Amino acid sequence: MIELRNITKRFGALTVLNGINLRFDAGSITAVLGPNGSGKTTLMKAILGLVRPDKGEVLFAGENVVGTSEYRKSLGYMAQIARFQDNLTAREMIAMMRDLRGNPAYSREQELCECFGLTTHLSKPLRTLSGGTRQKVNAVLTFMFSPTVLLLDESTAGLDPIAAAAFKDLVLQERAEGKTILLTSHILSEVQELADTVVFLLDGNIHFEGGTAELLASTGEATLERAIAQLLQKSLYSKEQTI
Amino acid sequence: MNTTVKLAWYGIIAAARSRWILGYTAFFFLATEGLMRFGGDSGRTVVSLLNIVLLLIPLVSIVIGTMTVYNNRDFTELLLSQPIQRGSLFVGQFLGLALPLVAAFLLGVGLPLLARAGDGEANIGLILMLLGSGTALTLIFTAFALLIANVVEDRAFGLGAALLLWLMTAALYDGIMLAVIWAFRDYPLEIPVLAMSIANPIDLARILVMLKFDVAALMGYTGAVFEKFFGTALGITLAASALVFWLCLPFWSGKVVFDKKDF
Repeated sequence: MIELRNITKRFGALTVLNGINLRFDAGSITAVLGPNGSGKTTLMKAILGLVRPDKGEVLFAGENVVGTSEYRKSLGYMAQIARFQDNLTAREMIAMMRDLRGNPAYSREQELCECFGLTTHLSKPLRTLSGGTRQKVNAVLTFMFSPTVLLLDESTAGLDPIAAAAFKDLVLQERAEGKTILLTSHILSEVQELADTVVFLLDGNIHFEGGTAELLASTGEATLERAIAQLLQKSLYSKEQTI
Repeated sequence: MNTTVKLAWYGIIAAARSRWILGYTAFFFLATEGLMRFGGDSGRTVVSLLNIVLLLIPLVSIVIGTMTVYNNRDFTELLLSQPIQRGSLFVGQFLGLALPLVAAFLLGVGLPLLARAGDGEANIGLILMLLGSGTALTLIFTAFALLIANVVEDRAFGLGAALLLWLMTAALYDGIMLAVIWAFRDYPLEIPVLAMSIANPIDLARILVMLKFDVAALMGYTGAVFEKFFGTALGITLAASALVFWLCLPFWSGKVVFDKKDF
């Protein structure tokens, strides 16, 4: 559904993405992992058009969408920190997003607000809501138009355990419906629970791409946490050797 | 309703709920009412208000504009992840910021002035010129705010650059002008002074009102040169055209930067 071809992005002298080639298929969850500053968020932002790649193509349904905006009708993006127009209420914020998308006939906002226990908070100004509650509003905005592609950037970081569980159930349900899902997370138990495929990024390069079972088998570790730690150590060691 | 109008509308709603916009409106209203009650006719009030307008509007527009863009940066990312073109978002943000400021000024200053316009001695043309100049300054300095906040990533540096621009145009400019006139007093200075006055939107706004007021003694050197060179009608046309240029320059540059920016 989404394909990245030779995506390269530099910020000054720093190469954040170095000729990335990836394909994200429908009905699967891909976790992009890596330490802070490895290029995970930039990769997501390149798909969204928030970051303009220096080179390469982002293909959505076979068409290069770099510099266009219409394809984002099919995208849902949940950033790690939820920041809104603080003088609006949660209800107004939801209505604003619906309005900006041309008031689509299908919208799941009521079901999602109930799912995340938001109904009592809808009339409150967003500035008065806690970080976790704002993140629940963010989740509603991400899923409410049933986008075919979901980009979830450390989305569960601010959610309480009940909301996080509801969120993960929702993600699995979306996968079952054939959605293309891309997520980043530092909570590896969550990745193990959700992801079909893992991409390990370091310094803008892909160091591993494959299924979770394949990663565990290739590293000989029992958990994803240890497998990723081993990958990171190997990558850092080979980097030291080249220096 | 198209996307730009919708974005502007939500910006206006958010601004209308802010305390600062109420304070800004109240300040202008009280200043105008006070000057009208104690200062006498509308002509004198307009000239007194002119100094407040020339200093306060650029300062408030550029500071509020810059801070709002920095504060809304994450929200801008959220909007850009929707099916919205960058150009529509930039124009919508500009209008959502500038229109509440313009409305606050027109209500605070225009309402009390125009309410007494039927008194007989009121100079409607002069009042409208003041309102037009204040509106132009609001739009120009809001456009500069968007340009600065989109070019400068660091909030503290951005706010510093905004304040420096205000200081240059509102205060240091007069000192530089005086220094140039004094240093080159033995040479014909009309053309350089005209060029310098066109280089400052605040001076252009002052000249516009002063040309309409038609009192040479109050025009200052640049205003007097403007009238001497072009006469009142052509002077007003030229100054107004230069103000339009000063709006287009930061607005267009800001839009180009926003179109190419990485978030």
